[in-house]
Amino acid sequence: MGSRQPLAVPLLDPVNSSPGVWHAMVAVLRRDLRLSVRQKQDLLNPLLFFVMVVALFPLGVSPESSFLGEAGAGILWVGALLATMLSLDHLFRFDFEDGTLEQIALQPQPLFLLVLSKILAHWLVTGLPLVILTPLLGLMLYLDGNSVAVLCLTLLIGTPVLSLIGSVGAALTVGLRAGGVLLSLLVIPLYIPVLIFGTGTVMAAGSGADVSGHLALMAAMLVLALVLAPLAAAAALKISLSAS
Amino acid sequence: MTEPLQQADHLLKAQRLECERDGRTLFRDLSFSIVPGTLTRVEGPNGSGKTTLLRILAGLNDNWSGHIHWCGRPRHKQWDSVRRNTLYLGHRPGIKGVLTPMENLQALVAGRQAVSRDVLSRALVQVGLGPWQNVPCEHLSAGQKRRVALARLLFADEPLWLLDEAFTALDVEAVAAVERLLADRVRDGGAVVMTTHHQPALDDMQRILLGHGPGQPAAEVSDEPVAEVSHG
Repeated sequence: MGSRQPLAVPLLDPVNSSPGVWHAMVAVLRRDLRLSVRQKQDLLNPLLFFVMVVALFPLGVSPESSFLGEAGAGILWVGALLATMLSLDHLFRFDFEDGTLEQIALQPQPLFLLVLSKILAHWLVTGLPLVILTPLLGLMLYLDGNSVAVLCLTLLIGTPVLSLIGSVGAALTVGLRAGGVLLSLLVIPLYIPVLIFGTGTVMAAGSGADVSGHLALMAAMLVLALVLAPLAAAAALKISLSAS
Repeated sequence: MTEPLQQADHLLKAQRLECERDGRTLFRDLSFSIVPGTLTRVEGPNGSGKTTLLRILAGLNDNWSGHIHWCGRPRHKQWDSVRRNTLYLGHRPGIKGVLTPMENLQALVAGRQAVSRDVLSRALVQVGLGPWQNVPCEHLSAGQKRRVALARLLFADEPLWLLDEAFTALDVEAVAAVERLLADRVRDGGAVVMTTHHQPALDDMQRILLGHGPGQPAAEVSDEPVAEVSHG
């Protein structure tokens, strides 16, 4: 049981007697990654969904290389966006239901940093695999090599933005029973700028233009989301927890 | 590392707490102090707001009015200290089914305390989960999962423990063991606030009574000898 003070248990200094912020963030990240590895369907479902949505277009619209070459970047971007959204509902829901979120919110570290850890874990298990899978699907849609490279780059910058923005919606709807649909309605309008710049960059690259400006704008979006989204998500989580 | 309790002798002091939920007043004019070395039981029928009160004390619920002081100063000015010095175990204690008891404990305490694997392992053995240390928690019974959560109490260093229905699903022996642990903790100067439906075999409890009669929301604090209490 350890040694104890005879009269009163001493008050602990919140800074000196708890592990550092970094340690706490790594612990949250490690738990989430471990959970994803153990529950493989969480890892695979968004990926399979992505592949199927993308495969619907050649089947449903046209398998012509002229159409697919033109629309391929947009199809892949919309597919990645929908796949990310599909996985968002799980970001906080299980933790909310089993009490993990309460424990995280009560940790002495700032909640927004721990939330940032959870968002990073979400991106590592959904966003990053989508980016890795994209070259294969890009070839399937007759995209040329340069376009595929630029597309991957835009997704690499864009999918973290999707996870970050989505976390705010997920945090707001986590306490609601039918939060899934509402989450989509909340988040899709906020995804539109990312989508426009993402596909715009690939089209510009396809017509031979310089895309560094486009990419810089997307990077600016990422920085903005990185700074603001965890704060907003943490505030929303506190509201959701308070109402439960 | 530590600082002595200064100025105030109470850890937490609630004054004229009022909480309304779904248009119904759960309690009103509730005042009490939590001092080190006391055990407080929140009592009341189902739906009387016991869990809500504990969540308010933990800082999870914001839908209340009144004043809460922590060590003599308004609580909202020192959240860091409140969080580090309060251990809250809800009736959903944050145990993941796909993780083993060891992994669960490691994740739960990582941000609070530097606890070695040996200490965690010993705690799990002590709560009778030695052979199950590396079995995913989804294969454990409800009582065993509760034991995983309660294993935290064996090494927790927070001066204030808030335990919501800690005895749920435990067998008679485990209940007795937890009661002994709480009694020891209180004797050593810790403060414990808990809700439970069974009558714990513990002496010297401060009682906070919630919910008296239909349509008559009321709350009172009984004057057991151990604690400084004021009547709402």
